[in-house]
Amino acid sequence: MSLELFFQYLVAGITYGAVYAVVAVGFNIIYNSTGIINFAQGEFVMLGGMIAISLVQWLPLAWAIAAAVALTMLIGALMELCCIRWLRQPSILQMLIITIGISILLREGALHIWGEGIRSLPYFYGDAITAWTFGPVRLSPQVVWVLLACGCMVAALHLFFNRSTLGREMRACAVNRTAAALCGIKTRNMVTLSFVLSAGMGALAGCMISPITYTQYDSGAALALKGFTAAILGGLGNSMAAVAAGLLLGILEAFSITLVPLAFQDAVAVSLLLLILFIKPHGLFGSSAVARLKAF
Amino acid sequence: MLTIRNLESGYGQLRVLKNISLHVRSGEIVAIIGANGAGKTTLVHVVAGLLKPWRGDLFFQEEDITRTPAEVMAALGCVLVPEGRQVFASMSVEDNLLLGGSILRKRNGTAALRSQMEQQYARFPVLQARRSQLAGTLSGGEQQMLAMARALMAKPRLVMMDEPSTGLAPLIVREIFTIIAQLRAEGNTVLLIEQNARAALDIADRGYVLETGKIIVQGKAAELLANNDVQRAYLGREQIG
Repeated sequence: MSLELFFQYLVAGITYGAVYAVVAVGFNIIYNSTGIINFAQGEFVMLGGMIAISLVQWLPLAWAIAAAVALTMLIGALMELCCIRWLRQPSILQMLIITIGISILLREGALHIWGEGIRSLPYFYGDAITAWTFGPVRLSPQVVWVLLACGCMVAALHLFFNRSTLGREMRACAVNRTAAALCGIKTRNMVTLSFVLSAGMGALAGCMISPITYTQYDSGAALALKGFTAAILGGLGNSMAAVAAGLLLGILEAFSITLVPLAFQDAVAVSLLLLILFIKPHGLFGSSAVARLKAF
Repeated sequence: MLTIRNLESGYGQLRVLKNISLHVRSGEIVAIIGANGAGKTTLVHVVAGLLKPWRGDLFFQEEDITRTPAEVMAALGCVLVPEGRQVFASMSVEDNLLLGGSILRKRNGTAALRSQMEQQYARFPVLQARRSQLAGTLSGGEQQMLAMARALMAKPRLVMMDEPSTGLAPLIVREIFTIIAQLRAEGNTVLLIEQNARAALDIADRGYVLETGKIIVQGKAAELLANNDVQRAYLGREQIG
């Protein structure tokens, strides 16, 4: 493999990996506040992209993206308010099936609204063949956008959870819901907020990646699977590990095409997922003891 | 300050509390003693709003709190130091205190929160020494102090403590009870749930004895200490003659 090709794969892997990381972090935020996996997480990514693509006909790109993110956050909030909040003492299974149902609903809704066509946002800067060359590395400006946006999101989230009062209250709910309620924290609002946050993150990632990967009504499912794999790989509930795991998964996937045909790319993630679940269900960076001391 | 009338509650089909009536007056330490499974924890969980009552009325400072949820109870000034401490294990001591003061911050602002935290550090110097340590790494006694300090951060009117002595060395238990007595001296009201009947009645003004969900004896702490039945059942002293 030439050096140039190596970097080509690496950059592609990191780009996809960054999106997987954001989806995985979204999984973790909701997992930490409710103890469930939100299977509609991938649909947030799809919705972000699709809404932005529709809005960009009328609005400047930046505004279209902002509006798409806001709308997806609203959908996330509605999802929690309508389907999760009113349940009295819901079982994990009940909530899981609800999120699967919502993911199907959102996907079919998207099919109804946007049809089967494959769409994409325009490149934010230049076009598909614009590239910056650094020695052996060729970077599309869009890749820089993706990495920048995902990096900023993760950093902002980290600051939010560790420095802000609201973030601290959300962490408290994740650690010990009863004790948080006894401290006067409205735990249900924190759950809503976790849906809003992860919907917004997913939507923004969906907009950033759309020019590269295109968006279709069912593109959420594959992303959810990859994000879920990354979340498990890092150890559920641990967001910083999920970021590392997401990048790792992206890079593995990118390099896999040197060994197996492109069509098997998705199989790489699935086999990896199965492998982890068989061998190390607490994740690469987790241990059963640490799992109990989970944190964002 | 707190009045409970004809309370019944439980879990699922299981009725744990049967027709409980009790009251706590301002400035008192009231002890509720009883064996394992008598319903002590269930009782404070109902008051704290963690569990719904089936029947009966609860009043806190003339306000009907029969259906008030936990987060509102804390805001009303009625806090619970839960059994088994329940500190936020993966967060720092300081974060735990800040969380305990979230009500105070909403009501009185950040300056009040800071000064309240300084007061708790003065009361529990060991917490100040460990302020940036993760709460889960503290010893049992330190965690109990943290749980108490966290509850006091809300500037409560009534502090309920569920089994503060569980699993602690006798010397630490004495320290904890000294602090509880101090709280009364500062004008606080305390509802104390204890299996350790002697330690509780020694500092309490009044007491209730709970047995299989019913109050069987009540009275002044000194009277309960002298009561033959209480002595036999809860103080481990067989009557001679």
